[in-house]
Amino acid sequence: MSLTSYVLRRLFYVIPVILGVCFLIFMIFNVVSPDPTISMLGKHATKAQVLELREALGLNEPLYVQYFDIVKSAFTFDFGRSWSTKQEIFEMIKQGAIPSMTITFPAFFLSFLISVSISLFVAFYRGTFLDKATVFVCVALMSISSLVYILVGQWFFAFKLGLFEISGYEEGFPEVVPYVLLPIIIIIILGVGPDVRFYRTVMLDEIYQDYVRTARSKGLSERKIMFKHVLKNAMVSIITYVVLRIPFLILGSLLIESFFGIPGLGGITLKAVNSSDFPVIKAMAVLSAIATIVFNVITDVLYVVVDPRVKLN
Amino acid sequence: MAANEQESKSLWHHAWDSLISDRTTVIAMSIVLIYSVVALLSTTGLIVSDWSKEVGPSYAPPSSEFLFGLDIFGRSVFAKTIKATEIAMSVGLVTGVLTVLIGVTLGSLAGYYGGKVDEVLVWFYTTVSSVPGIMLLISIAFIVGKGILAVYLSLGLTSWTGLFRLIRGEFIRHKDREYVQAATAIGGGDFRKIFKHILPNVFHIVIINFSLQFQFAIKSEVILSYLGLGVQGVPSWGTMINDAKLELARGNWWQLAAATAAMMVVVLAFNILGDSLRDALDPKLKGK
Repeated sequence: MSLTSYVLRRLFYVIPVILGVCFLIFMIFNVVSPDPTISMLGKHATKAQVLELREALGLNEPLYVQYFDIVKSAFTFDFGRSWSTKQEIFEMIKQGAIPSMTITFPAFFLSFLISVSISLFVAFYRGTFLDKATVFVCVALMSISSLVYILVGQWFFAFKLGLFEISGYEEGFPEVVPYVLLPIIIIIILGVGPDVRFYRTVMLDEIYQDYVRTARSKGLSERKIMFKHVLKNAMVSIITYVVLRIPFLILGSLLIESFFGIPGLGGITLKAVNSSDFPVIKAMAVLSAIATIVFNVITDVLYVVVDPRVKLN
Repeated sequence: MAANEQESKSLWHHAWDSLISDRTTVIAMSIVLIYSVVALLSTTGLIVSDWSKEVGPSYAPPSSEFLFGLDIFGRSVFAKTIKATEIAMSVGLVTGVLTVLIGVTLGSLAGYYGGKVDEVLVWFYTTVSSVPGIMLLISIAFIVGKGILAVYLSLGLTSWTGLFRLIRGEFIRHKDREYVQAATAIGGGDFRKIFKHILPNVFHIVIINFSLQFQFAIKSEVILSYLGLGVQGVPSWGTMINDAKLELARGNWWQLAAATAAMMVVVLAFNILGDSLRDALDPKLKGK
C-alpha cells in the first residue's frame, strides 16, 4: 500500500470518530445534563420564562436537529454565540489561543530539551546511584499535586520574592515576559518527571539492541553510541510521544491559566464551566477532540515515514 | 497439588518473592497498608470522629498542643488530614474498580471476538480517548453534580481507555494459543475461555494498572476540588489544598503542607509499587 492511500484511509477513519465525539458531547450536554435554563434564570423563574429561554437557546428543537448542529459545528467551526457573553465563540477561541500558546510553546520546547538531555545523561550512567536517584526524584516530583506547584510557586516566587507578576497578562513582547515566565517554569517542572522517566525507558530499550553491541564491537566510543545511534533510534518513540502533546499546547493549561489570570483558552473553558455556558464548553470539547484526532493521524503517518520497519496494512 | 507447588513456583509466587526481597517495595507496601488501615478506622468512626470540633483559636500555628496547627474554624488540621485519608482511599479504590470492570470487560470482548464487535468497541474507545481527559472529567462531574459520586463516576468513566487497549492487545495474542485451543477441544464455551483461561494469564496487567490508577485518582481529586466539583462537607486533601489558596497569602502554610505531605507519601508509595509490580510480573522487562 502506498503512503498516500494509507493517509487517505487513515483520514477516512476520522469521520466516524468525529461523529462519535459529537454524539458523546450531545449525550452529555443535550440529553443527560440538568436543564441549564434553571441555573441561568435562578430558582424564582416562572414557567413561561423558562420556556421562552429554552426556545431562544434552541433547546426545544427535536433532538436529532440538536445533534446535527453539533456535527455541523465540528466541520464548519461555527459554534454560535456564548450564552453568557453573547460573543461569537470562534472569535473568543481565536483571541484566547495566542495567550495560551505564548505559555505552552516555550514550555514545550524547553521541557523537551531539558528532559531529553537529562534522560540521555541518566541512560549513559544507567544502573548507577545517579540514575536511581534521578528516577526517584522524578517519581517524587510526580507525586505532588500540580495545584501545589502552582500555589507555592505563585506565593513564594511572585508574592514573597516579587520576582514575577502574581497574575495578569499584557500583550506585546517584553511586557508579557514577567507574566508568563513563572507559568512556563511550572509547566516545565510538571512535565520533567513523567518525560524523563519515559525517555529513559525508551533509551534503555535501545541500549540493549544488537546494533548497539555491533557499534561497540566496532570500537565506537560510548559517547558516540549514545548521541549518534541510540538518540537517533529513540527519537522515533520520542517524536510520537511529543506530537501527541501538541493539541494540549493549543488548549492551554486550565489550572495555570486560571491561577495566573491569563486570558487563554483554558481560562475561557473554566469560566464557561462555572457559568453553565454550554455552547462554549461544547465548542472546546469538539475542538480539542478534533485536534487530538488530527495529531493522532499525523503521529501514525510520521511513524511510517520515520521508521521504514513499520509496515503499512 | 502441594508437591507440585514445591517443584516449580508459579509466576505469582516468583513475583511475590521478588517484591518482598526489595526493601523499597516493602516500605511502599507497608505505607499503602497503613493508609488503608487508617482509612478503615476513620470510616468506622473509631478515630478522628470529632474532626469537626473547634479545639482552639482560628488559624493557630503548629505547636506542641496543636500538632499541625488549626484551620479557619479552629479545627485540628491533623485530624482533618487523617479524616481525608478516607476520601482519598475510597476514591482510589472505587475508580480503580470501575476502571478495571469497564476496561477488562470491553477489552476482553474486543480482543476475543474480533471482527464487528472489535470494530465497534475500538471505535468507542477511540471516541472516548479523543476528548481530552480534563474536558470529559469536567463534563461528567458537571452532570452528576458536586460531591463524591461525581468524583467516582467522572474518574471511573474516563480512565478505562488505557487498560482497554492493553487487555485487548493481550487477548488478541492469547486467543489462538494452544491452551485456549485445548479448552475449546474439551468443550469450553466462550465465557469460560475468556474468564477462566485467558484472563488469569493477563491479570498481571490489571494489577499494575490498578496500582497506577489508584494514585492518579488521588491526584485528580485535588483538581476536581479546585474546579468546585469535588467532595462536599467532609475534609479531603483536595479541599484542604484548595483552601490554601486564600491562606498562603496570610502566611498560613500548615494546612497545605499537611495535605501535600500526606498525599505525596501515599502517591509515591503507589508509584513505586506500580513500578515494582511491573518489574516482578512482566517477565519481558526482566534484567533491565
